Amino acid sequence: MLKKLLVANRGEIAVRIIRAAQDLGIATVAVYSAADAGSLHVQLADEAVNIGPPAAKKSYLNVEAILKAARDTGCDSVHPGYGFLAENAAFSDAVTGAGLVFVGPSGDAIRMMGDKVSARSAAAAAGVPVVPGSAGRVEGLKAGHEVLTETGFPVMIKAAAGGGGRGIRIANSLAEFEQAFPQAEAEALAAFGDGGLYMEKVIGKARHIEVQVLADGSDAIHCYERECSLQRRRQKVWEEAPSRALSDRLREELCASAVALAKAVKYSGAGTVEYLYDDEADRFYFIEMNTRIQVEHPVTEAITGIDLVAEMLRIAGGEKLRIRQGDVSVKGHAIEVRLNAEDPAKEFAPFPGQVAELRIPGGPGVRFDSMLYQGYQVPPFYDSLLAKLIVHAETREAAIVRLIRALNELKIGGLNTTKPLFLALAADPAVRAGDVHTRWLEGWLIENAAALAG
Amino acid sequence: MAQILSPLPGTFYRSASPDQPPYKADGDAVSAGDVIGLIEVMKSFHEVRAETAGTNIRFIADNEDPIMAGAPIADLD
Repeated sequence: MLKKLLVANRGEIAVRIIRAAQDLGIATVAVYSAADAGSLHVQLADEAVNIGPPAAKKSYLNVEAILKAARDTGCDSVHPGYGFLAENAAFSDAVTGAGLVFVGPSGDAIRMMGDKVSARSAAAAAGVPVVPGSAGRVEGLKAGHEVLTETGFPVMIKAAAGGGGRGIRIANSLAEFEQAFPQAEAEALAAFGDGGLYMEKVIGKARHIEVQVLADGSDAIHCYERECSLQRRRQKVWEEAPSRALSDRLREELCASAVALAKAVKYSGAGTVEYLYDDEADRFYFIEMNTRIQVEHPVTEAITGIDLVAEMLRIAGGEKLRIRQGDVSVKGHAIEVRLNAEDPAKEFAPFPGQVAELRIPGGPGVRFDSMLYQGYQVPPFYDSLLAKLIVHAETREAAIVRLIRALNELKIGGLNTTKPLFLALAADPAVRAGDVHTRWLEGWLIENAAALAG
Repeated sequence: MAQILSPLPGTFYRSASPDQPPYKADGDAVSAGDVIGLIEVMKSFHEVRAETAGTNIRFIADNEDPIMAGAPIADLD
């Protein structure tokens, strides 16, 4: 078992990790930037070390400062949380190289899953369905035609060297394809100095469904799936478990594929295998694997009763998986909403400021993961997540009713938050029916802009 | 003399991206509406524009400085 853990993060996830460690009798060290001296994670940890100025790259992304803090306080391990250095392979290597335990997978596993091509190859090799497309780079129009036989239309052509949506073209017909392909090649060459292209089938309406896995380097289990189709600008805002879209047969198939991938790459720790699920075709496709604990992990904890962060710490401490697959079962339905310091009435403009009043919801089936306290000054330097409200009930319908009840109890005075968005979504017939896809929310936000502003 | 104040709390940047030149150099003239910097607030970026025209802009805030709302960014003649 680990003895002393440095938590290399801030905000609600740092608080979450400190709590899990303390529950296991592991001493905790918080690190903080100058802007976070008064933060809850600093107050709750056994010790705290200032690692630099507010800018993340000088503090929470400063590997040297974090390793020094770990050495100076006698830690034997580092938990990276999510974001910041959590999926930085070099950080995992540096922690290990300093003789400490990295609570997460090896640098090599992070590298393999972090690279789109190698992750896709690993998934395909493990028998996980991938989005139909080119196995690697497509060299020339003739090779492109061959890939078309697998993808059909519409097809996405993207620059191998691109990223963040740059250099992507969509062709709906052969004529469009023959025009777009050479253009994309020339564009990629000009923009990135590399004319290499990939092709991928465009999945029209899809749900985002992901499978939670736990693995110890040899064995792996799944903790069922989460559905996170409600997204704004590719950021999840509302997550739930289980997904009501899946049949039992497909659920077992999906979860088994995630376990197969985790085993194939000898994964260790908690991870999430993300998929697109095409309702019409009733098929799922691998997108990527996230090699960290995720923001939305509490919905899985709610329906399975497993403390995922505690299990991560046990595995990192050298224990084998304690939970057998047969012991994991789903009870009820859970929903998480992300309360961000953003004003939904003003196109989600960020809203840092002071928490003047705080009333936290409670009662049966309600969990509130947050770093807020009354008087807390929300700094403008980091992401806008303030709190996660998680509700759990026997059915999805009852969970939505409970969500509304808990949102009405919640009061965060002095800040504008995304709470009104969730009250509106919880009342929406499509959300109530679970009839959504990953691009649904963007359209809904345009149609309901006036209501949110009012 | 006029001052350009930060409209938001966050991190101040002098240029659109690290590999771009600054929007304005010390001594430049500024027209009303010119972008003179960016403020990053909770990972979103907001342009800072000069409300009035002026000459000889002199930056008080440095690139990547943390800045509070209402704090001076630059002086203008």
